[in-house]
Amino acid sequence: MAKLKDVARYVRSKAAGPFWITVDIFFPSRDVYDISRDAAGLATTAIEQALRLDPGSAKRVDVPDLAVIKYAYPRRHAQGGAFERDMHGGQQFVPLLELEI
Amino acid sequence: MTDFEDTLVVVPVGALGAGIDPEHVEAGLTQGAHAIALDAGSTDSGPSCLATGVSKYSREAVKSDLRVLMAARAKYGVPLLIGTCGTAGGDAGVAWTLNIAQEVAAELGQNPRIATLHSELSREQVLAKLEGGKVLPLAPLGPLDAATIERCEHIVALMGPEPYIAALKDGADIVLGGRTTDTAVIAAVPLMRGAGAGAAWHAGKISECGGLCTADPTDGGVLIKVGREAFEVWPLSSQNRCDVYSVSSHMLYENSDPFILTEPGGVLDVTHARYEAIGERGVRVTGSQFLPRPYTMKLEGAALGPFQTLMWVGIADPAVLAVVDGFVATLHAALVERVRKVMGLTPDAFDISLRPYGWNAVSGLPAAEGTPPPREIGLMFVATAETQDLATRIARTCNPYFFHFPVRRGKELPSYGFPFSPAEVERGRAYEFVLNHVVATQDGMELVRRDMIDSPIPEIA
Repeated sequence: MAKLKDVARYVRSKAAGPFWITVDIFFPSRDVYDISRDAAGLATTAIEQALRLDPGSAKRVDVPDLAVIKYAYPRRHAQGGAFERDMHGGQQFVPLLELEI
Repeated sequence: MTDFEDTLVVVPVGALGAGIDPEHVEAGLTQGAHAIALDAGSTDSGPSCLATGVSKYSREAVKSDLRVLMAARAKYGVPLLIGTCGTAGGDAGVAWTLNIAQEVAAELGQNPRIATLHSELSREQVLAKLEGGKVLPLAPLGPLDAATIERCEHIVALMGPEPYIAALKDGADIVLGGRTTDTAVIAAVPLMRGAGAGAAWHAGKISECGGLCTADPTDGGVLIKVGREAFEVWPLSSQNRCDVYSVSSHMLYENSDPFILTEPGGVLDVTHARYEAIGERGVRVTGSQFLPRPYTMKLEGAALGPFQTLMWVGIADPAVLAVVDGFVATLHAALVERVRKVMGLTPDAFDISLRPYGWNAVSGLPAAEGTPPPREIGLMFVATAETQDLATRIARTCNPYFFHFPVRRGKELPSYGFPFSPAEVERGRAYEFVLNHVVATQDGMELVRRDMIDSPIPEIA
């Protein structure tokens, strides 16, 4: 088992409008993407668990040409409200680095 | 791209006010560009800009970029299109940007025709649309109710390219638009000149953040060349380059779906787009499709939230850092209890949030099992209440506990490192985005107000 941080070239998160956050996992090559794509650790359920999201709230889109897996999930509170901790959502990917794949 | 003349658009930067290099703009215009187009805002900085009408960038920063663009525009005789003026694109943001543009015009001795486009809506307008069944929710929100509309300080609808095209046909040299999709501002001139809709919209999406689709995003914006069936993307800086990866991967950015993008009046579908390199520095894209749909505009609305007062301490004491989670939980319970007892407040009248930076403040999630103690933490205290005065009184009531809370009862009282005197900072109001809906309209013009300012040179005091 390897961790996502050792396999991915780059992982990022970002607000996709005020109500969603999107996470992109960039693999270093199509080969690595092909080997990794079906890992249980990359299933939407695993992402939901790692980020403490409601079950069934995350969506996944695969982009094989770019060797990318993309997720999107709704924010718990709309962006920038009284209890915001990460306005752009730019740090929300970090817990995913430890996912085992 | 043969008999048909491509439309060339300079997109100098992702946001007006972020900094523009005059040489890069010049490099694009000397290649025969037909327009300069860019946006000046987004929802990225949160709801305060829309709620208050205040730009996130300084007047000086916006003026500096406007001066570069207005000088270049006049020299080459091409139109300048700016969308989402003043960060949020409300009426206040358009007026603010117009005022700066007029000042620049006077200083440069120019007399351009400036069109303004307004897409801010009154609550009454949105209520009427709601009653007419014309407002539909976008996930994750549900159907809109009248009470939510009443809460909004300001509401804007995202414009498409049609008002920009109308302003240019009326002879505008400069178009200052309210809230607009980033793509539409850039697609407007290519669409007006007969470029393919798929190519124009896709080129707009790829170049919306300026140089973010290049190999070195810190080195200037891009030039797009839009034809009937294809478009090209080139960096403005001679040192920079675009490659297939940098261009195609931009479709991932800030999108929940990298293939389908809903825009006013249609859907951009890039499922079958093909990207190919042109030499070392350019990329050509074919196969983009724009599928017309009944016209809709996305709504954004910002409501007033509660007030907040902050306090900070730095903690380096290893005895605390060995038990951060327990310390924070015990302190939080003690602060809440003290406010209830001393001030007589019920739990629903206030909120106290403690966020240990250096531990888990950013995610709010528990630190992983076995995480070693940090070397120091910054502990932020946030009191939230209905008025600024109340939030500050809550902070001051918490003051002795927050700065001197012992890690174990019965120990000597510590003093944690607080940096300010007075110790609390009144940060003002919080605001809240409350709309994630679309409104159906007859066309791209129905909800848009247009003005043309012919003689903009004001008296300069």
